[in-house]
Amino acid sequence: MTKRHAELTVTAGAAALTIAIGLWMWKRAAGPRRSDDAPGRTARRRDFGGYQVVGRTVTIAAPRSRIYAQWRDPALLNRILGDALAVRQDGTEGFGWTVALPAGEVEIQTRLVEDREDEALAWRSVEDAEIEVEAKVQLRDAPAGRGTEVEAHVAWRPRWGAAGRWAAHLGGTDPETLCSQALKRLKMLLETGEIATSGQGRTL
Amino acid sequence: MRALTWHGKHDVRVEEVPDPRILNPRDAIIEVTSTAICGSDLHLYDAVIPGMQAGDILGHEFMGRVVETGPGSTLRVGQRVVVPFTISCGACFFCRKGQFSACDNSNPVETQAATEPLYGHAMSGLFGYSHLTGGYPGGQADYVRVPFSDVGPIVVPDGVADEDVLFLSDILPTGWMAAENAQIEPGDSVAVWGCGPVGLFSVQAALLMGAGQVIAIDHHPNRLALARDLGAKVIDYRHSHVLDALMELTGGIGPDAVIDAVGMESHGFAPDNLLDSARQKMLPGADRAHALRMALLAVRKGGRVSIPGVYGGFASQFPLGALMQKGLQIRTGQTHVQGYTRPLLQRILEGQIDTTFLISHRLPLEDAAEGYRNFHGNQNEWTKVVLKPGQAPAPRR
Repeated sequence: MTKRHAELTVTAGAAALTIAIGLWMWKRAAGPRRSDDAPGRTARRRDFGGYQVVGRTVTIAAPRSRIYAQWRDPALLNRILGDALAVRQDGTEGFGWTVALPAGEVEIQTRLVEDREDEALAWRSVEDAEIEVEAKVQLRDAPAGRGTEVEAHVAWRPRWGAAGRWAAHLGGTDPETLCSQALKRLKMLLETGEIATSGQGRTL
Repeated sequence: MRALTWHGKHDVRVEEVPDPRILNPRDAIIEVTSTAICGSDLHLYDAVIPGMQAGDILGHEFMGRVVETGPGSTLRVGQRVVVPFTISCGACFFCRKGQFSACDNSNPVETQAATEPLYGHAMSGLFGYSHLTGGYPGGQADYVRVPFSDVGPIVVPDGVADEDVLFLSDILPTGWMAAENAQIEPGDSVAVWGCGPVGLFSVQAALLMGAGQVIAIDHHPNRLALARDLGAKVIDYRHSHVLDALMELTGGIGPDAVIDAVGMESHGFAPDNLLDSARQKMLPGADRAHALRMALLAVRKGGRVSIPGVYGGFASQFPLGALMQKGLQIRTGQTHVQGYTRPLLQRILEGQIDTTFLISHRLPLEDAAEGYRNFHGNQNEWTKVVLKPGQAPAPRR
């Protein structure tokens, strides 16, 4: 085999491989989404038309009514939200959330858009809110007497797109971290009557 | 107060630190009367466990007297208690199943995130064992804060000496659970790697559970002698081929059950261990799993593997083929201490179990750093160190 011949073979091989990978990726992107039973927020795709969707489910050994009461009352709710997040009620349906983002505090005005006792609560940002967001908490009985499955999810449109999302993530103030930490504190509080602390005030 | 604090590899110091305070309703403050250095503290001393911070107070084997209680504690001031090293709420799904070391509620929210990506789930809280398990200050100190004091601590009668019951905090239940996890049937041959405190207690437990013979493996003559005193046959891996010896001692069948009481810092001049040592120096979270590899090869087909030894990360050259092809069963885990303290205290009070044979050295808290140095450097003679915060330090020359 001449040197020229070998070069041609390698080039043709690389071209064929590129086309094959391209076709495979195109087919993958264009093909119908295979339906499965996984919740949408666990999809590999995290971006839903500019919205990020995150969420988490925990099982808490407590009846739905106690958990609903904890979410519905801002004073109780603030006990589980941590240092980076706080809520206050304005009127009957208005809720203002203060988030400590790396770039400074942001106030997000929301309205309670769903309130089904012992079942579900949802808040949606008002039209001129700083960040577009919808948060929902759903309660359902856990199997085998394990208590209540508490599912919280947040759909949000990050400021400054992906960069804003990563900045929030690194600062520990992204909705996913805030949401999962709030659920863990809620679980601790309702199951043990207290929120665990090492007294060190330091994190990894 | 004084406490033994960690500052880096082979650097621990007794320092003045702030006294602990009641922070949650179910807390209690214990004045420590006796506390031991655990073999697993040496993994911290060797800096092979990630998530340590300078100034962390070590110690997860301790007992003492209650000096302060929160409104939700069931303890009374003045009571003597032994405290399990696992911090458990008693109310979550796992605690209610008796799987106390899997407690969902004891590791603070902020530190749970460290082990979730590593293990798939957050670990529970442990005393003095890195910020992966909550960063709780440990008990090698004058005082210690004990969360969930209504669940963990066991009250001991006043007439019983500290040293008779101190090891209920960790190594006695750990050795016992290791033998339980080996699912011993009467007449079984059980091989135990490592004659440290947990290995020796699992030798003792396996014999009490009806093992026909227990074969203990180590290289320190003094530790092998302690195993022999308990009734074990011993193999010194520096003198004998362990796999051959085990086959010969079990009629060519192999041990019915094996217990790895060594964990992530295996010794021995073997090719896999040299490779592991190099990996451990370069990579965070690399485990030296020589003892476990040997155990998986030695155990008979269809046999049982119990792993009380501590592992933290990843092993290479893991004999997955032997595990599957021989149809082995593995049981392991941090000890569910709260489930063992009461029955084992009963056995101690009835004289069935003696734990004091293990103790080689008793030191005042002031000399804790020296205790670490010797427990690490002279494992043959230093089999167990008990620190006494109340004891006056020896005069210095």
